[in-house]
Amino acid sequence: MENKDTSRAPVSQKSHVVEKPEHPEYIGGSISVEINEKKVSVPLGTTILEACRENKIHIPTLCHHDDLCVSGVCRICLVEVEGMRTLQASCAFPITAPIKIKTTTQAVRKARRHIIDLMLSEHCGECYACVRNNNCELQSLAKEYGVDSFTFGHISEPRYEIDNSSFSIIRNSDKCILCKRCVRTCIDLQEVGVLESVNRGDKTMISTFMDKPLSDVICINCGQCINRCPTGALQANDPSDQIWRDIEDPAKHVVIQTAPSPRAAIGEEFGLPAGHSMTKELNTALKRIGFDGVFDTNTTADLTIFEEGTELILRLYKALVEKDESVALPQFTSCSPGWVKYLEHFYPEYTDNLSTAKSPQQMFGALFKTFYADKIGVDPKDIVSVAVMPCSAKKFECNRPEMDDSGWKDVDYGLTTREMAKMIKEAGIHLPEMPPSNFDSPFGEASGAGLIFGATGGVMEAAIRSVVEFVTGNKIEDIFEKANVIPVRGFEGIKYAELPLGDVVGPVPGILQKLVPNWDWLKGATLKVAVVHGTANAKKVMDDIKAGGKFSQCHFIEFMACPGGCIGGGGQPIPTNEEIRMKRVEAIYAEDESLEMRKAHDNPNVVRLYEEFLTDGPCGHLSHKLLHTEYTKRGKYIA
Amino acid sequence: MENKKIKREGAVIFSEYKRGDSINKLKEISRDDVLFELKESGLKGRGGAGFPTSTKWMLTAAAKSDKKYIICNADEGEPGTFKDRVLLTDYPELVFDGMVVGGFTIGAKEGIVYLRGEYEYMLADLELYLNNMRKDNLLGNNIAGIDGFNFDIRIQLGSGAYVCGEETALIESLEGHRGEARNRPPFPVNTGFMGHPTSVNNVETLSAVTHIVLKGGSWFRQYGTNKSTGSKLFSVSGDCEKPGVYELPWGTTISELLEKVEAKDTKAVQVGGASGICLNKEQFSRTLGYEDIATGGSIIVFNKDRDMIHVLKNFMEFFVEESCGQCTPCRIGNTKLLEGVEMIEKGEFTFRYINELKELGKTMQVASKCGLGQSSPNSFISILNNFSEEIFNQGNGGTNGK
Repeated sequence: MENKDTSRAPVSQKSHVVEKPEHPEYIGGSISVEINEKKVSVPLGTTILEACRENKIHIPTLCHHDDLCVSGVCRICLVEVEGMRTLQASCAFPITAPIKIKTTTQAVRKARRHIIDLMLSEHCGECYACVRNNNCELQSLAKEYGVDSFTFGHISEPRYEIDNSSFSIIRNSDKCILCKRCVRTCIDLQEVGVLESVNRGDKTMISTFMDKPLSDVICINCGQCINRCPTGALQANDPSDQIWRDIEDPAKHVVIQTAPSPRAAIGEEFGLPAGHSMTKELNTALKRIGFDGVFDTNTTADLTIFEEGTELILRLYKALVEKDESVALPQFTSCSPGWVKYLEHFYPEYTDNLSTAKSPQQMFGALFKTFYADKIGVDPKDIVSVAVMPCSAKKFECNRPEMDDSGWKDVDYGLTTREMAKMIKEAGIHLPEMPPSNFDSPFGEASGAGLIFGATGGVMEAAIRSVVEFVTGNKIEDIFEKANVIPVRGFEGIKYAELPLGDVVGPVPGILQKLVPNWDWLKGATLKVAVVHGTANAKKVMDDIKAGGKFSQCHFIEFMACPGGCIGGGGQPIPTNEEIRMKRVEAIYAEDESLEMRKAHDNPNVVRLYEEFLTDGPCGHLSHKLLHTEYTKRGKYIA
Repeated sequence: MENKKIKREGAVIFSEYKRGDSINKLKEISRDDVLFELKESGLKGRGGAGFPTSTKWMLTAAAKSDKKYIICNADEGEPGTFKDRVLLTDYPELVFDGMVVGGFTIGAKEGIVYLRGEYEYMLADLELYLNNMRKDNLLGNNIAGIDGFNFDIRIQLGSGAYVCGEETALIESLEGHRGEARNRPPFPVNTGFMGHPTSVNNVETLSAVTHIVLKGGSWFRQYGTNKSTGSKLFSVSGDCEKPGVYELPWGTTISELLEKVEAKDTKAVQVGGASGICLNKEQFSRTLGYEDIATGGSIIVFNKDRDMIHVLKNFMEFFVEESCGQCTPCRIGNTKLLEGVEMIEKGEFTFRYINELKELGKTMQVASKCGLGQSSPNSFISILNNFSEEIFNQGNGGTNGK
């Protein structure tokens, strides 16, 4: 990720960046080293770890993570470098001389075994009573090194209290091995800085400011720390027990919505390689588990495009035509609850810029307990609404006190991809074996525009597909081949694009006619947009906006808290790295391209919703009541 | 401060010196001359690690950067060491003039003294001293009339963490972060304070430089031995009549030193502080120097009345608390070693386990991230090996060694 070089990270935590030389064959571009007596050539500055991986030599790691900068604290990756008195941490050793490396000598193996034994001596907890059983890096290491006894003992009594104050994240310090991946994730990768090591020596632990519970600090609930924790020290707050109870309760009508990112990733939990979308298999599995209705969050993603897009048009109209200077621009997306909380804490003066449109999850929740309840004739008090999300922050979002515009809690439970997979396994279902089935009526299938919300740039692309067609009257395919809005795609941390709308405008579509008289005021205008993922990048953009820079001139900016967008969310299968995230994104874009319906405004179910239920149109009275929300200026200091 | 000064004897460090002399000498010589004399002198870092000072300065001087720093490591934290305190209170001219020479040589405009938190009481005097230097144009712009030689010194207090004596942890602390050692490479000479080339030198090293610049590398060389040139300050404490700071040439034996400080019935000598090694009587003929026992100069004398397992426990408790806690071998390893000591104390141990702990100690020596964890098992291994008779065969109720 390019956001490693951040201002708040200590120099020691900054990664050394190895620039691959353009012509490694030139003198100085590459260097010849010996690994286990085999001569290999590597680019100058490559770490020993990278060099070994390149040459298919497995070096165990714990504190190292592909997404994070170098730490070198766990010491498990030690190797011997000829001529050096001490063993060297291969993850932290850049090769700048023709050294001789040995990776499996007696000294190396003994040291690694000692280190594992030491970690196990302080790792409290039993593997079979752990959420990470079978997916724990410490457990795997112990297995790799044939640990069959605890050389230096094994702690049996917990020393710390479990912090389950947060709706999203549970911290169990007894399982922590102090690899500091969470610290580097929080400080470096996300620029939030809630977690840091405190105390010294044997009292060292990872903690929050003044050891406050996670609910009382500026945690944005993104859960990226969970995704990078090698053990079970961090986990999401799992509501599946209550969900099972509600499914069994005959009086309850339990509905579930599935977001596109979990569908693109849940296969990994069942042993499939990353990049297999399991949308329709998941539908079947959920129905077999006993959910009374299975719906596609993309439906309300399409709805979000109507609401958020209309809001943008209204803001632009007020600013450009009515010359209302109080209008907050650029408009920021609001579907990533991690991003929303980040803004509320770090840039509370900009909450007016957030679209008031709820996230797709929350919109669906509000519809379940109003429109849907009415439609199927069930008392909304008996409806339990569950959302499968790639996200840990969604758990916090559904518990926000203001999210009850239907008169009930919009969404009762947020479930992560991992927790969903666990429920499916518990139900005795092997997901890949499921026959495909469709989403239930009355919401049915949704568009590819809603689907690509899962990838960074997806909300922007979906919005562009609709707004451009609304305003110019042209087909998006005439501007972007196959409707793929390439400029806003990709994993670059911050993307900026300008989109000239042209001099010809179309008629205002019926659904918007009450709001704007015509598009003449947009003739010749250029839409300036940006796409940002990872809050470290968000910080850069927000600081630029504060300073009145380029991004302050934007009209619309998509922000996602997690690297890669939702597909890299804190509720997704572990492990994660850029390659895995890329595969998930590819799965999502492939599914989008395979669909007939790829624009939000083509979704007949949403159009019908405006005809039957939200009859005063997007951003109308009922929309405002049910589908829009407000934000809290939290600031950094929490009483 | 001047009038309180005790006259100390010594051929090198405590030899005659007048404030400003070596700074004024810079008018006549180039930075290459300084580096040449340093190389000639064979001076090695006096903090304990013994890295050649000329090499360190040459590397820092050669590094390309618009900013460079020279840092005086005055975080004298090794148990039983107090020589830097003497230098700073009684011989500040040696330390600060050495820093100015360093700034001149490596091309730094700023020098920082990282002063041990416990030495806060000296701060006012040292600040006053620096002010006087500024008044006399020994700090500031165009120092000593050398055109374009601008250099100043500031003092920053530590907060009492032992690990901050490790140069990269010291730099982290200076930058306002947790005192934790960095990965090396990159080394501070290239990537140091705020990412700029930095030379971190011990108080005594800088004091030696001050003399060498004035009196020459070959003058320095005539003292000591072939590989351990010059003399060394030793902080002697414990069971002896005359504890204190001694300047002795390298190559002095332990027995000679014990005689000098009038130690009687000596059973054990801990050389190098808590992180050093403990010698028994048979080893008192060994010599102090890089050829045999390299040390930062802490000498703790124990007489026949001392209980060695108690001595060891004291050291291990120190490391359990003072490990910065970042790397596994040091953080948990020291805890395990201390537990082992407690087992021996209670007489509840097996030799198999104690031997495993010694092996763990050897792992810590090569696997820890910084010098703290690499040296903390030294006293565990040396005391158990050198005093096994006392520890395992008597005084522990006879129930040990099942």
